[in-house]
Amino acid sequence: MRTLDRKLIRELGHSKAQSLAIALVVASGVAVFVMSVSTLAFLRATRDAYYDRFRFADVFASVPRAPDAVANQIAAIKGIAALQTRIVSEVSLDVPELVEPAVGRLISLPDSGAPVLNAVFIKRGRLPNPDRHGEVLASDAFVESNSIDIGDPIQAVMNGRLQELVIVGVALSPEYVFQVRGGDLLPDDKRFGVFWMAKRQMEAAFDMDGAFNDVSLRLLRGASEDEVIEQLDRLLQPYGGVGAYGREHQVSARFLADEIKSLRATAVVAPSIFMGVAAFLLNVVLSRRIGTQRIVIAGLKAFGYSNSTIAWHYLKSSLIISLIGAAIGAVAGNWMGSGLAKLYSEFYRFPTFVFYPDVRVIFVAIGISLLAAVVGSFRAVQTAVRLPPAEAMRPAAPASYRQSLLEKLGLTALVPVTVRMIIRGLQRRPVNAFLSSLGIGCAVAVLVMSRFGSDAIDYLIDFQFSRTQRHDLQVVFYETTSPAVFNDLKHLPGVQTVEAFRAVPVKLVNGHREHRTSIMGLSQRRDLFRLLNTDEIPIRLPPAGVVLSDKLAEILNVKNGQRIWVEVLEGAKPIREVTVAGIAKEFSGTNAYMDRAALNRLLRESDVLSGAFLAVDARHQEELYQDLKQTPRVASVSVKSATIQQFRDTIAENQLTMQSFTVFFAAVIAIGVVYNTARISLDEKSRELATLRVIGFTQGEISSILLGELAVLTLLAIPLGWLIGYSFCAAMVYGFESELYRFPLVIQPASYARSAIVTMAAAAVSGLLVHRRLQHLDLVEVLKSRE
Amino acid sequence: MIADEQHFVFRMRGVTKVYPMGEVEVHALRGVDLKLFPGEFTVLLGPSGSGKSTLLNILGGLDRPTKGTVHYRDQDLTAASDRELTWFRREAVGFVFQFYNLIPSLTARENVSLVTEVSSDPMPPEDALALVDLTDRRDHFPSQLSGGEQQRVAIARAIAKRPDVLLCDEPTGALDAATGITVLEAINRINLELGTTTTVITHNAAIGQMADRIVRMHNGVIAEDQRVETKIPVAELRW
Repeated sequence: MRTLDRKLIRELGHSKAQSLAIALVVASGVAVFVMSVSTLAFLRATRDAYYDRFRFADVFASVPRAPDAVANQIAAIKGIAALQTRIVSEVSLDVPELVEPAVGRLISLPDSGAPVLNAVFIKRGRLPNPDRHGEVLASDAFVESNSIDIGDPIQAVMNGRLQELVIVGVALSPEYVFQVRGGDLLPDDKRFGVFWMAKRQMEAAFDMDGAFNDVSLRLLRGASEDEVIEQLDRLLQPYGGVGAYGREHQVSARFLADEIKSLRATAVVAPSIFMGVAAFLLNVVLSRRIGTQRIVIAGLKAFGYSNSTIAWHYLKSSLIISLIGAAIGAVAGNWMGSGLAKLYSEFYRFPTFVFYPDVRVIFVAIGISLLAAVVGSFRAVQTAVRLPPAEAMRPAAPASYRQSLLEKLGLTALVPVTVRMIIRGLQRRPVNAFLSSLGIGCAVAVLVMSRFGSDAIDYLIDFQFSRTQRHDLQVVFYETTSPAVFNDLKHLPGVQTVEAFRAVPVKLVNGHREHRTSIMGLSQRRDLFRLLNTDEIPIRLPPAGVVLSDKLAEILNVKNGQRIWVEVLEGAKPIREVTVAGIAKEFSGTNAYMDRAALNRLLRESDVLSGAFLAVDARHQEELYQDLKQTPRVASVSVKSATIQQFRDTIAENQLTMQSFTVFFAAVIAIGVVYNTARISLDEKSRELATLRVIGFTQGEISSILLGELAVLTLLAIPLGWLIGYSFCAAMVYGFESELYRFPLVIQPASYARSAIVTMAAAAVSGLLVHRRLQHLDLVEVLKSRE
Repeated sequence: MIADEQHFVFRMRGVTKVYPMGEVEVHALRGVDLKLFPGEFTVLLGPSGSGKSTLLNILGGLDRPTKGTVHYRDQDLTAASDRELTWFRREAVGFVFQFYNLIPSLTARENVSLVTEVSSDPMPPEDALALVDLTDRRDHFPSQLSGGEQQRVAIARAIAKRPDVLLCDEPTGALDAATGITVLEAINRINLELGTTTTVITHNAAIGQMADRIVRMHNGVIAEDQRVETKIPVAELRW
């Protein structure tokens, strides 16, 4: 069939602008797919290799203090492959050049040899000498963010005593891929760092000789994690253990798992849209081509070409366009994937970076795009095959037009004939008109989605930091402290308001559903830390009962007014039943709140404090930080403005790359669809338009018929696109949702407006291109040919 | 040409064709009986709408009658499957259309190859083009050829497969008289040299004078069927 193939290639060449537009849409889908999936594979492989090579533990537990002998009992639990006990403690740090206090987590290293579990990768420098005072390994992220290096001293308040730490090496650990403290939204590498110190030195500093306060376990293959945790909890309970947890609840591992989950959502949602649009475009273009080739098809049939040969001939052009798109997309996707993988690799500080193109992913992407081509061409090809040759030989019967609503309403005289032609044209082929609008609507939708990320983050920051957490500083104490500290804080320089809180680790249970979190006891009168209900109205804490975050309520499957069990995980570990007295809207974590007095009653304890929220006069900020750094009781201080900055920076780094890609792709779709629609309607109408020119219509008048239809289709597409965009954002919110954070489904009016403006601009550009073609309309030639 | 009643190429019996055209039903043929014989050059005359094209399409296996039977030699075309009809068209029939139906993206020679590639005993495309005097234009695209040349390419395409029958639908309809003559000469030459049974439909009565037989159609029925006693050479036709 060489001659037919030659026809195919020449026709593709003839419509190369249209074909290229479609190929680029396919390419965009393939690129996003290849990028997401290969980055996903990279992340998984790198993470697993990292976890494996550095012996990341399966189960973690902490305890205030347990004697070393307990370790032998733990080791005897069935199903344990390895065990590592450690001393872990958080200290307040005074880092040179950093105004506000930072928090360091000190972790003990065996005095000799590598840790059995949770090994560290020493990037530079050496291990601390167990005989030397204050030598530490510092985490790479902390060192880099604070521009400090080996040899630099850091002041630390350790166990209430000021001590100097000296950095002797820079390290990475699978346990802190995400260097984030429990309760924080995102890592803050500048103000939270991980340090490793020899066990002997830590025992001395924290009076932990012959004891440990942290244990990690690695399980044998096939061992039951739940059973091990249960037995471990039983062993640690007498020493005040607050409950062991598996790797899936380890903060860093969970962040990483969430990231992978959201990437998986991207890998599905975006390519689906692109492939859908591509299939639609192929259908439109091919239907059109087959429409104009009625006579050719009839001829081929008359010469004895079989239906399957003809079907294959037309299908092939879709497949070629798709393949070209897939090839471009695979190359671009790999390039983007390696870029994204590099970005992730730096962000997560993996010790190794190995990214190679995954051939299987590329094959799957090609398969998907070919499938889209087949799906998109199916209807058109079927039409070609079904066309009875004799019927195709006759010119198509004049399209049956009907009176439009306009005539029925008797408005005919009021509208010019060109407008009537536009309306009747649209009305004659409502399905085609709808499909064209739908295609353009997809571009609008992608544009809406491209803005959704930053809209949601803006809303999130406003919600989190202006409407709920309105404090400037959050101070956390080493251990619960008497309310007297309240007055001390109040008298620190620059402090305007103090609101104290108490936090208690708990397990909340409703039937077979349970969740480990902490209950925050808040004072009744609050302005710095507010809770808002789902209508964003402040919640007054009830005198009894617990307020749950919406996600926690969902996890526990409870509604307002229901009763749940609270198992306190510290102190006397009471188990009590409480009423759910409210649901608070929150976008991060799974938190529970109570009135502080009610919490004290629940615990049957006197009033103590875990920390406080402060409002601070900015003028005295530095003075205040200096004081706090020197305050032994203060374990950590988080500064809200720094948190917001960190939040924006981190998100920006991740989102910006993705977003610029999406905007580019949205433009590809918009132009691809609008240009194709315009070109096709030009082809379909060229005869009609030429006739109009011949009988005396002006260039402008025929332009307005053609472009008027396009304008109507574009205008109809905009609300449709908003709706699709909103639905896809809702799907993404659902896809990205995790215990750690949720995205609000918020799209600003400006984003809707922007999507409309960009689409209209793309439509205008396409219209202009088509308008120029209209000027070259060869009247005689068009009228001479039969089609 | 002697008509042996038993050795026909085509035999139509009581052929009726009704088809919808937009929102109306068109009765294109109303019970047509017709036999065409080997080597015969027949001209089907009639005004537009008389059913000529429908008749030709049914003969060529492009369409099926609503009622009646059509035989090609001993094959019942009305009972043939789509696949059999495709095969029949591929092997036995050469078509020439009023508007040439050349594929604009293919050169003259490639348009001919389109047919030779699917038939079992074709002549080389170059030979077919030589038969219609287009050897020096064979690498031109349709847009670079005049109407008469395009129609001759279409004829070359039709005869390149050495068809048993050549069916021409208004082959000169879109051409001026002088060009029309050259096209008719080409068709006549095929008929004489290759002995191909040829049927030409036209509304131009003058063309009938070059044929063996004239069949006049009117309003879906055969109004007159006459043998031509004295044929006029093509070059002397005038209209």
